[in-house]
Amino acid sequence: MNEIYLDNSATTMTCEEAAQTACRMMTLCYGNPSSLHSKGHEAAIELEKARASCAGLLGCEKEEIFFTSGGTESNNTAVFGAARALKRRGNKIITTAFEHSSVGEAVQQLEKDGFEVICLKPDQKGRFSPEELREVIDDKTILVSIMYVNNETGAIQPIECVRRIIERAKAPALFHVDAVQAFGKLPVKPKKWGIDLLSASSHKIHGPKGAGLLYVRKGARILPLHFGGEQEQKLRPGTEPVALLCAMGEAIRQLPDLSQELTQMQTLNRFCREQLAGIENVHINSDLDCLPYILNFSVEGIRSETMLHYLAEKGIYVSSGSACARGKKSHVLAAMGLSPARIDSAVRVSFSRYNTLSDVEELVKEIKNANNTLARSRQK
Amino acid sequence: MMKEIILIKLGEIVLKGLNRKNFEDTLMRCIRRRLAKIGEFHVRDAQSTIYVEPVHDDADMDEAALCVSRIFGIAAYARACVTEKDLPAIQQAAAEYLKDTLEDIRTFKVEAKRSDKKFPFRSPEICTEVGGYLLEQYPHLTVDVHHPDVVITVEVRDFGAYIRAGLERGAGGIPVGTGGKACVLISGGIDSPVASYMMAKRGLELMAVHFASPPYTSERAEEKVVELLRRVARYSGRLKMYTVPFTKLQEEIHEKCKEEYFTIIMRRFMMVIAERLAREKGAQALITGESLGQVASQTIGAIACTDIVCGMPVFRPLIGMDKEEIIDISRKIDTFDISIQPYEDCCTVFTPKHPRTRPVLDKVVEEQAKIDSEPLIEEAIANVKVRDIL
Repeated sequence: MNEIYLDNSATTMTCEEAAQTACRMMTLCYGNPSSLHSKGHEAAIELEKARASCAGLLGCEKEEIFFTSGGTESNNTAVFGAARALKRRGNKIITTAFEHSSVGEAVQQLEKDGFEVICLKPDQKGRFSPEELREVIDDKTILVSIMYVNNETGAIQPIECVRRIIERAKAPALFHVDAVQAFGKLPVKPKKWGIDLLSASSHKIHGPKGAGLLYVRKGARILPLHFGGEQEQKLRPGTEPVALLCAMGEAIRQLPDLSQELTQMQTLNRFCREQLAGIENVHINSDLDCLPYILNFSVEGIRSETMLHYLAEKGIYVSSGSACARGKKSHVLAAMGLSPARIDSAVRVSFSRYNTLSDVEELVKEIKNANNTLARSRQK
Repeated sequence: MMKEIILIKLGEIVLKGLNRKNFEDTLMRCIRRRLAKIGEFHVRDAQSTIYVEPVHDDADMDEAALCVSRIFGIAAYARACVTEKDLPAIQQAAAEYLKDTLEDIRTFKVEAKRSDKKFPFRSPEICTEVGGYLLEQYPHLTVDVHHPDVVITVEVRDFGAYIRAGLERGAGGIPVGTGGKACVLISGGIDSPVASYMMAKRGLELMAVHFASPPYTSERAEEKVVELLRRVARYSGRLKMYTVPFTKLQEEIHEKCKEEYFTIIMRRFMMVIAERLAREKGAQALITGESLGQVASQTIGAIACTDIVCGMPVFRPLIGMDKEEIIDISRKIDTFDISIQPYEDCCTVFTPKHPRTRPVLDKVVEEQAKIDSEPLIEEAIANVKVRDIL
């Protein structure tokens, strides 16, 4: 059976070049980068090459890139690290109601510890409102954490204006951006947008799972969550997973020209929308302005999980809501005010550069089949 | 190094009069089979105690004791140390083997049982000698014959002397297999594994039937049931799981029958299929996890409508229990955390919005008659998938 993988926002296939890099690092260049001998030095050089690739993509200094195990660790490090470092200067944390759980759950922990947490609500397009941010921020706000692209809908957040709002309010806040779904897909400019902390992950852009990074602006100070050796300027001690990190570097170097790829995704996304629009019971949940890599829609009457298994039987892999919240109802779509029937039947497809128009045709064909043959739940 | 064994005291089975031999043999077989997974053990029966003796010195006795604690038909068990039938050897072994226990307590007493009458000391003398020696070795201890922290037992038997501290409570019940065989309907929720455990405790060998409705339910839901049955098998011993493809029947009911009767008709078909499989495999009863009034399909009227299609007894050990009581048992047998994983199962897929809580049988039969069910039932049974749960 032909395999059509349309769940690239959950994870991607590791590209051949990155896999080979990982293999080479594991079997040949296996030294510990902290070792003083030449075997260690050789690994350290490779690791710095990977760091340079990350810095290049973000347009920042190499020293501002801190390797982690992935998006969740980066987000946790940023949220807890900032709260700890600034707790004497204030008590308020502002985030959104549609963050990934690795930010959402983290701030909930801080709320239990006595921080005041404010969650900005999304509008119908799934975006927070800068006006609302302006209203709630004050000079006791120590952290503003907002994702760049939402993982379920693809909604792109207006984060360029946040720095100015923080400054106008004279808030001591650090500004954190979870850019996991945008990194390598949209231009991400931490310098220009005044971002202090930014999370990114390797396995969403055809690198291996288990690698990621946290950008920390020079001068921004956060406290570490782990203690031990001197690695990563003591922010993230522990022997580096060199093979995975170097493979992430390779995956970044393999990225096609961003705007070219964006055009390709635009074509897939539009075609998919047009085809789906003609099907009865189908509602598109992603706004037109969303990142074209992600398209969220509902096939009313058919539960997400049923649709997912039906498509999987045909070799088509999609996601219900987000993969991290297996089986749970989407808090993102709920925050956008969608009806329970729409949330229950939401499906997310997410594209990569390996997808083609015929993949989309196949998907649409099977959605039509499902729509006609599957027994519908009669709840509305 | 001292040799350690497990002593097993029989439970209710000693009450069973003339059947006793049969019960004991079954229990011995259970113990042998279950321990075989852990290592090589001699299991023998003498003087109303079962002795589990490891063949090799490096046997994992912690694992063996855990395994024994889950075998039905055992009232109590204890780990004990074996020595020669020689008083100084017994004294030394007691002081050494029970070191950890003795250091943690303040009072103790020694009890002795001498079934080998050739041993030169009588029981009271054994108590005095061993107790005295322990008092010398552990000066912080005192003897309390009425309310000791620990009772140390010395048994002098034909083939050796045993020393143990206290007895652990066994799993109780009666040996699996002495009560015949029954078939449990298992969905993946909290209740059916608990029901399985409870009926295995009453001596029933189990088989399990699970209904799968892909694509409405997933492979993961099925894997979840396998995992649950593995936990149940720690108590019941090995069993077979029969997975019935149920999609076509469910779709047919959904299409042709009134929504409010959906669940009840579905459950009637489940009973019919389970009964046929049960008969085919030599089981004499069905087991379900129903608890009266828990959901719409578990009211007295709904149960009456499903019960009537089944020509064998249906055991519902949870019928009078509260959810909390059921959860307590599921935690004890370690199935709770698996049960609460959120996958769709066959019972939740087409849940009607307003199910009938007081269905009228005639009406149910009338609705069900809209389906030509026999070919679908036969097809489902013909495509059953079997798995061994060890």
